[in-house]
Amino acid sequence: MTVEQIGSEGKDQFPIGMRVLAVDDDPTCLLLLGTLLRRCQYHVTTTSQAKTALKMLRENKNKFDLVISDVHMPDMDGFKLLEHVGLEMDLPVIMLSANGDTKLVMKGITHGACDYLLKPVRIEELQNIWQHVVRRKKKDRCNSGSKDKPHPDSGEAAGIGNVDNNGKLNKKRKDQNEDEDDERDENGHDNEDPSAQKKPRVVWSVELHRKFVAAVNQLGIDKAVPKKILELMNVEKLTRENVASHLQKFRLYLKRISCVANQQANMAAALGTADSAYLRMGSLNGLGNFHTLAGSDQLHNAAFRSFPPSGVLGRLNTPAGLGIRGLPSPGTIQLGHVQNSGNPTNDLSKLQSFVPGNHNTNILQGMPMSLELDRLQHNKSVGHIGELPTTDSTTVFPGSGNLVDARITGFSNNPLLGVTSNSLMLEGSSQQATSHTSVSAIGFQNGNALSDFTSIAPASNQLQDSKAGSQGQASPINCNAGQIIRSAPQEWNAPRKDAPYQSHASINSSIPINSAMIQLGQCLDRNNSIFHRTTDLDSVGPLNFVDPLSIKHGEGDNSIMEPSVIEKEGYLMFQPRPHGSHVPDNIGSLEDLASAMMKQEGGCNGYSLRTSI
Amino acid sequence: MDVVNQLQRQFIDYSASLHREGFLDDQFTQLQKLQDDNSPDFVVEVASLFFEDCEKLINNMARALEQQQGVDFKQVDASVHQLKGSSSSIGAMRVKDVCIAFRSFCEAQNREGCLRCLQQVTHEYSLLKNKLQTLFRLQQQILAAGGSIPVVE
Repeated sequence: MTVEQIGSEGKDQFPIGMRVLAVDDDPTCLLLLGTLLRRCQYHVTTTSQAKTALKMLRENKNKFDLVISDVHMPDMDGFKLLEHVGLEMDLPVIMLSANGDTKLVMKGITHGACDYLLKPVRIEELQNIWQHVVRRKKKDRCNSGSKDKPHPDSGEAAGIGNVDNNGKLNKKRKDQNEDEDDERDENGHDNEDPSAQKKPRVVWSVELHRKFVAAVNQLGIDKAVPKKILELMNVEKLTRENVASHLQKFRLYLKRISCVANQQANMAAALGTADSAYLRMGSLNGLGNFHTLAGSDQLHNAAFRSFPPSGVLGRLNTPAGLGIRGLPSPGTIQLGHVQNSGNPTNDLSKLQSFVPGNHNTNILQGMPMSLELDRLQHNKSVGHIGELPTTDSTTVFPGSGNLVDARITGFSNNPLLGVTSNSLMLEGSSQQATSHTSVSAIGFQNGNALSDFTSIAPASNQLQDSKAGSQGQASPINCNAGQIIRSAPQEWNAPRKDAPYQSHASINSSIPINSAMIQLGQCLDRNNSIFHRTTDLDSVGPLNFVDPLSIKHGEGDNSIMEPSVIEKEGYLMFQPRPHGSHVPDNIGSLEDLASAMMKQEGGCNGYSLRTSI
Repeated sequence: MDVVNQLQRQFIDYSASLHREGFLDDQFTQLQKLQDDNSPDFVVEVASLFFEDCEKLINNMARALEQQQGVDFKQVDASVHQLKGSSSSIGAMRVKDVCIAFRSFCEAQNREGCLRCLQQVTHEYSLLKNKLQTLFRLQQQILAAGGSIPVVE
């Protein structure tokens, strides 16, 4: 069948004729899979080499509707292929393996697989895989189409996954409504086609993606909106829609990365309750601006940039989210830990000691606030934080619901601080992001309070790239918590000498934002509630928080706190920028918020955090 | 006619015994169902591929386990994992079961255990190969006699 035939057939008789690319190094399985797929009346292309598969996909993204890939392959890890496909081509990918370990399945999910099948594969399972294609098409359409619909903040926060995507988009759109309306409308129409229809897809080659990341970094997280990214990239035939959806994916990716960290942290559990409260707080504080800041896209971008596509990004997101959570009040305490610079365990223990009885969760809650504040203070970060949540998976912001929660839970396990180093690293370390991730990871992974940071940090990482807001963001967090955070971010940049850290120096700045955001959420609440907010931040709330926090931080405490913070666990990274300078321009609003918050907080800035640091 | 019936009965009995003895499981039945006019030799094709693959993997494992300096268990594990995947895909139940045990020995880095498993795998593989070849021969005879392959549920 010719491609055209397939295409038209596919459209008319979908799922019949759906074009599947099957990748498996085992010839027996590949033959079986191919036969089964053909029996389902799909159009099948098989290859035993992942690299060949990637090449085929890159040549023409429109050539396939779905990719099925084995996990264990000699030339390239199945998950890596999964990431590449997800980022560059945005095609649904189904993982296949003889090993059905929960961990592996989880890994598949976090890396973005839309399904995970076990060998031996039955034809019944394959008969339904077309649903993933439809679902994705629908999502894409919705995302692009609903961009101009503003969503309520709280609503956004709750949205998870797809909803989050949409929500975030909407939030972002709110601010950019004027500009983007036209574009959106125009683009939106393109998406009205039936699901089976294929829009001309942009192939996000490595080159293009690099430009994208560079543009995002240049703009700064809070300013990295699709329109501007598009302008910076200066690529013909690239529409704002393309950039927007890629941005989304990017954020998802980051979130994914941080999600992995989050999972470890189990933050969600701890913070879960507070989230809603937190979010609300955010909004209450008038951080509404954050929402706009939330451009998690930006954050996303930032993070994205800083982290090599290896999925570090994803991690950043999560850690950041976590990080915020983790910032329980013992901010000061945390700072101390933070100083451990890379001694996650130490920190953790320290944190734990601080937060007696907090049992992680508490710590997280308490800490995040300060941490976040710090981050927030960083001003820029604040702006970013808002963005962080935008990532679909809330990865960036702890607030991002998912992330935050996840992270928070992570924290609960460990006091924030201690965690970070480990957790942060979590994602980052593995990939380049290590530096970022470490920060973020810290927050997340350990689930300790730090984790929050880390979560934030990750976000900040992203932010860092954007550098724009990260700093600011970190600060916002409650004085104490924020302080710590703040210091962390800054330190994070510098001290983090941890292997990964270095690389991410840039992330630092970005992270703060995330963390800031997160922190803000946390700070505001101080209690778990804040923490939870952070999660909300993703959607909306946290953003708000961030501002005030960041502002506070900006006061200069940031410098104190932040640097130390950063060092510690990496999640401090959150601070990427020295306070003074932090106040990111982007965050403007954040600063205001922060100042507002400061007033409320009574100038917690740099308090305990600093000292501890 | 009578010849065909006889052959078919033989085929059914043999198939059933293979299933009973655990050489084949339901997955193999699925494979047989996939065979149709468009791909009349599907099962034979898949089986041949499997045997080839199996031999290659067994050789890899043997080589890796022979290393006196230090066995790369990761490599052995990777091969076992692949063998497990392909054997389960074709329905080679006994081979697959040995692979499962094999994997835990790999994880435990138990060279002795691994070597024993390797022996078992090789043994099961040759047994299965013989049995399937007998089955395929029966199939061919049926077809040659003008009959059709009965579907064994």
